[in-house]
Amino acid sequence: MSEKGGSLLLAEFNANFPYEYSAGRYASYFFKRLKEEKKIMGIRCPECQRVFVPPRPACGYCFVRNSEWVDLGDEGTLWGYTVVQFPFLDPLTGVERPIPYGYGFIELKGAATRLQHFVTASDLNKLRIGMRMKAVFREERKGNLTDILYFKAMEE
Amino acid sequence: MDQWLEGLEPIVEHQDLKVPYRYSMGATTSKFFIEIRDQKKILGIRCPKCKVVFVPPRSTCGRCFSPLDKWVKVSDQGTLQTYTIVHYPTPVQPAPTPLIYGVIKLDGADTGLAHLINEADYEKLRVGMRVRAVFKEERVGNMLDILYFKPVEISKGQRKKSTRPKVKVKKGGARGVKRKA
Amino acid sequence: MARRSKRNVAIVATGQTDHRSKRPDVNIVEMINEAVRRCLDDAHMTMEDIDGVVIGNMEHFEGVFFTEMWSVDGAGSFLKHGMKITTGGTTGSSLALAGYYHVASGLFDTVMTIGWEKQSEGETTAGLIFQADPLWERATMSGAIGSFAASASAYMHKYGITEEQAAKVAVKNRKNALNNPHAHLKLDLTVEQVLKSKMLAYPIKMLDMCPTSDGACAMIFASEERAKKICPNPAWVIAGVTRHDQPFGGDLEMVVNLRTLRSATEEAYKIAGIKDPLRDFDVAELYEPCTFAELSWYEAAGFCGPGEGGKLMDSGATYMDGELPVNPSGGVLSTNCIGATAMIRVAEAAIQVMGKGGKRQVPNVNRAMATGFGGSWWSDVMILSKTP
Repeated sequence: MSEKGGSLLLAEFNANFPYEYSAGRYASYFFKRLKEEKKIMGIRCPECQRVFVPPRPACGYCFVRNSEWVDLGDEGTLWGYTVVQFPFLDPLTGVERPIPYGYGFIELKGAATRLQHFVTASDLNKLRIGMRMKAVFREERKGNLTDILYFKAMEE
Repeated sequence: MDQWLEGLEPIVEHQDLKVPYRYSMGATTSKFFIEIRDQKKILGIRCPKCKVVFVPPRSTCGRCFSPLDKWVKVSDQGTLQTYTIVHYPTPVQPAPTPLIYGVIKLDGADTGLAHLINEADYEKLRVGMRVRAVFKEERVGNMLDILYFKPVEISKGQRKKSTRPKVKVKKGGARGVKRKA
Repeated sequence: MARRSKRNVAIVATGQTDHRSKRPDVNIVEMINEAVRRCLDDAHMTMEDIDGVVIGNMEHFEGVFFTEMWSVDGAGSFLKHGMKITTGGTTGSSLALAGYYHVASGLFDTVMTIGWEKQSEGETTAGLIFQADPLWERATMSGAIGSFAASASAYMHKYGITEEQAAKVAVKNRKNALNNPHAHLKLDLTVEQVLKSKMLAYPIKMLDMCPTSDGACAMIFASEERAKKICPNPAWVIAGVTRHDQPFGGDLEMVVNLRTLRSATEEAYKIAGIKDPLRDFDVAELYEPCTFAELSWYEAAGFCGPGEGGKLMDSGATYMDGELPVNPSGGVLSTNCIGATAMIRVAEAAIQVMGKGGKRQVPNVNRAMATGFGGSWWSDVMILSKTP
């Protein structure tokens, strides 16, 4: 499509790229426990003992294979958050993601890294750093990270 | 083997990523497509140093780095320099398969233009064949304003000998029955 | 540990387009060509004098890959040695480091580096999604703004940094840009205006965040022998260091304590013999995608202690007339054509050392530093000096 009457044209290309991502062993196991048991699992490095979530095959600090799975529970502390209020196109859906919504980092008990996810409260303005948050799961789970719908503030 | 791996189903996540792009063509490329859109005329741009006519046109000669602004009209007819018949389908394709795709050197141009070929008899396709642009009725100012290139009929006397090897085509085989695209 | 190169390498010329939110008058190749021609003019050189071209951008913004191929006409790299580098926000500084490494290796004498982005042609936040891990982060990804905001709130909470202190960064940098003919945004703002601007994602407001721009930047790196013939005051590269971190947003503290910048600056300072960066440098071009990042990264770069970024801002030390002017060019807050942005930091630092800064020139620059940052958490640091 171009501007009739203008001397500078625009070429439109609405891309739709289909991808098939292999989750790999560690992610597949995580998503299996999440889907079947509503469990959030971390993985421990045998050397430095740090527990990582999301799980990964090797410890970045020690460069050894991570081995022990740890149940991190479904509660954590809100380390940092924001309330997203600007409109943007979500390429996963092709339309604008509904705003406002909360998004932040949860410190699950025992984990050395934080999990990035949607966060919410009865009133988004009530979100505060340090709040206790609890995971809310989807009824029909599919085996991906959105099986956790969001983390909700526990004060209610 | 680690116990947790036993019976583990590998997960494959499917994602369709949709992103809208809008590319500015710039003055040079815009002019090329405006001529096609409004006049069904194809233009090339000439480097005075290298004496090369580029189609599609560009603002700088890649070979000598001179800025270019000398427009020339090139023909909408040319010679097929190479081609292929694509049989396998993929999710992103300009036309349904089988499709013929080739490089055409228009009369007056020194570089080839990649485009689709259609209305061609597969058996008669050959390098060196004369082809002519077929334009869309409603043009908007992009490369698909040229629908495709089609073979130009030339008299028996002018016809060159085919360069394609004679292959016995089995009925229902890879290339199927002799047919028009 | 990285070392000082045995072969002296200098930046001898730079060229930039006039960065804008949209450049519909040129296509990508023509935009690249503009920066290349300006850079050649700055050096009084022709393309024949260039041994190799290293080019890059953040490809998923335009959705066009293989720039190294189809930009050849405009980039001047026809039948020359070439390489493409694409490392997200650090693309520009990775390109600068590549230019340095090429010449330092002794295999090349003159190398041109080109960074560019035509951000108006894609959808920025959608493009950023390609950067997020498909399994763990894509569904929740909220663009660069979301990531910075979630980390900035933790930074404010931990150290008591205020939105006012962050707003001062926006006022400082955008005002500096008034002196930069290439800058995209040139705004004379007050702290009040920044605080009242539209909230995008708490605590980041519209004026706290960088723009997206269409633009390109080119530089020429040369060996000592060639540098002395090309330019009277080249900017000598003393150190170049990069650092990576673990992959997920929750693995690190992007705004609270950027590990990669801390580690990279520590090493770069060691190589260059810098003991007190606030005093030893005369100017710094610090990559700052948002106001809070500049405050926190003062700390990571060792200009002040942990949590003191806000205090340093209040002290005035980083203004044009302060102890260490930071971002006289206007910084990323004024111009952000991603593939070029980090290179513009190096180019502007070089411009300061070469004395070509015009209205934005800091007086008596001997040593300058430039940093790059990318959404891959990568940090690049380059130290330039008037003497090799």
